[in-house]
Amino acid sequence: MDINDLRSIVTVVSLLTFLAIVWWAYGVKSNKQRFAEAANLPFADEEAERIELGIPAGNEQRKTS
Amino acid sequence: MSEIQSAYNYKVVRQFTVMSVIWGIVGMLVGVIIAAQLVWPELNLGFLHFGRLRPLHTNAVIFAFGGCALMGSSFYVVQRTCHTRIFSDALASFVFWGWQVVILLAAITLPLGFTQGKEYAELEWPIDILIAVVWVAYAIVFFGTIFKRKVTHIYVANWFYGSFILAVALLHIVNSAAIPVSLTKSYSAYAGVQDAMVQWWYGHNAVGFFLTAGFLGMMYYFVPKQAERPVYSYRLSVVHFWALIFTYMWAGPHHLHYTALPDWTQSVGMIFSLILLAPSWGGMINGIMTLSGAWHKLRDDPILKFLITSLSFYGMSTFEGPMMSIKTVNALSHYTDWTVGHVHSGALGWVAMVSIGTIYYLLPRLFGKPEMHSVKLITVHFWVATIGVVLYIASMWIAGVMQGLMWRTVNADGTLAYSFVESVKVSYPFWGIRLLGGVLFLSGMLIMAYNMFKTMAGGSTVDAPVLVPAGQHA
Repeated sequence: MDINDLRSIVTVVSLLTFLAIVWWAYGVKSNKQRFAEAANLPFADEEAERIELGIPAGNEQRKTS
Repeated sequence: MSEIQSAYNYKVVRQFTVMSVIWGIVGMLVGVIIAAQLVWPELNLGFLHFGRLRPLHTNAVIFAFGGCALMGSSFYVVQRTCHTRIFSDALASFVFWGWQVVILLAAITLPLGFTQGKEYAELEWPIDILIAVVWVAYAIVFFGTIFKRKVTHIYVANWFYGSFILAVALLHIVNSAAIPVSLTKSYSAYAGVQDAMVQWWYGHNAVGFFLTAGFLGMMYYFVPKQAERPVYSYRLSVVHFWALIFTYMWAGPHHLHYTALPDWTQSVGMIFSLILLAPSWGGMINGIMTLSGAWHKLRDDPILKFLITSLSFYGMSTFEGPMMSIKTVNALSHYTDWTVGHVHSGALGWVAMVSIGTIYYLLPRLFGKPEMHSVKLITVHFWVATIGVVLYIASMWIAGVMQGLMWRTVNADGTLAYSFVESVKVSYPFWGIRLLGGVLFLSGMLIMAYNMFKTMAGGSTVDAPVLVPAGQHA
């Protein structure tokens, strides 16, 4: 087996890996919940948001630092 | 405060964000100077001529302006989406100061003519070593923060930032391999066409991972935040991320069409560049469609204007790029101003505009203000910058296509119809328009700096507390 066989193998394995990722993202139904959770991560910290904008607290405790 | 780890480290984000604006002005000013030198050659004074200042311009805008924006925003995003303070305050501080030293060394050595002669990798070997050390520290801080995250998932923005950090480390170390002969002079470790291929493997992946993946990381956090809705399709983001990773590494040979590089290598480079259209547009569509159902926000929100317009330019330049990589198109466009126009539609339209939007988002939050000192001035900045980019790109298209057509025109007996200097002569008016576009874009940055200092004045530097995320269990 020379280096060119190795290069072909790497190329084919890369393509198969990518196709597996596409299937994982679009084919696996149970991932839907997981992706929804991840997509909402930037919105999980409204309290920090309020404090960094210097808006006084309404009902929560005063700023902590 | 009861816990030690109760606030995010905003200090390093503040430092990088402010310096990004400062270096943006410096880098773009040098760009305006060299644009003026092309119009008025007598402005090439002593050693401060086009040849010395051009690498200073590219290094300053890419690595100083873009680099500071990426490092600052990545430290903000990774802390906020991982719900944890940055991995090491000391190391984060080292990354900031180390990067500033690299920038200063570049600003000193490039005008003095110390260069490795590799585009976007001009800096000599001692600076290259410093870059490698700072970059490894950056990687440790970033991935260390991800490692100690308080949430289950790693948000997609961090995947993009992470790939940018890893790929740039790989590219920099391989392409900068050199044999030093003195403190200020070295020779590449590679020879001949291999050297050219390594250089453009680096060069195009610098575009792919520094100027694309990193800024897509920015896009995936700040577009949803500013639009106040989650990203259009999370699974599209997963697929187009991996598609970018698998294809970008192969596209470099399109910089070496019709050279000594083997023909098959050029064809592979062209094919992979064409494939790249799909993942690039996946990112653009995902970003723009995040606004689906809330298009009215675009009318009143200048920050959103910056972010969404940047995606439009991203879509445009990632359509143009694959087209230019087709060998027959490249035969016309290569070595002309069309290439310069293409680079700037990406660099000004996409990279600078998404960074500017991000910085406008960050500044009030970093200085405890509800919004920027003047929202109206952001709108002014937006229009000045947009007109500047359009003038720049349009003039370079016309000049570039004209140059390409003139250079390939032959008389009936096979001799060239035009001498080179004739193409220079007809390019003058367009270089003037390009200069005007650059001046407008730089003016926008000056407006931004004024707005930034006004926002900083009297602001508090309170770091937001680290809170247990809603609906998440550590």
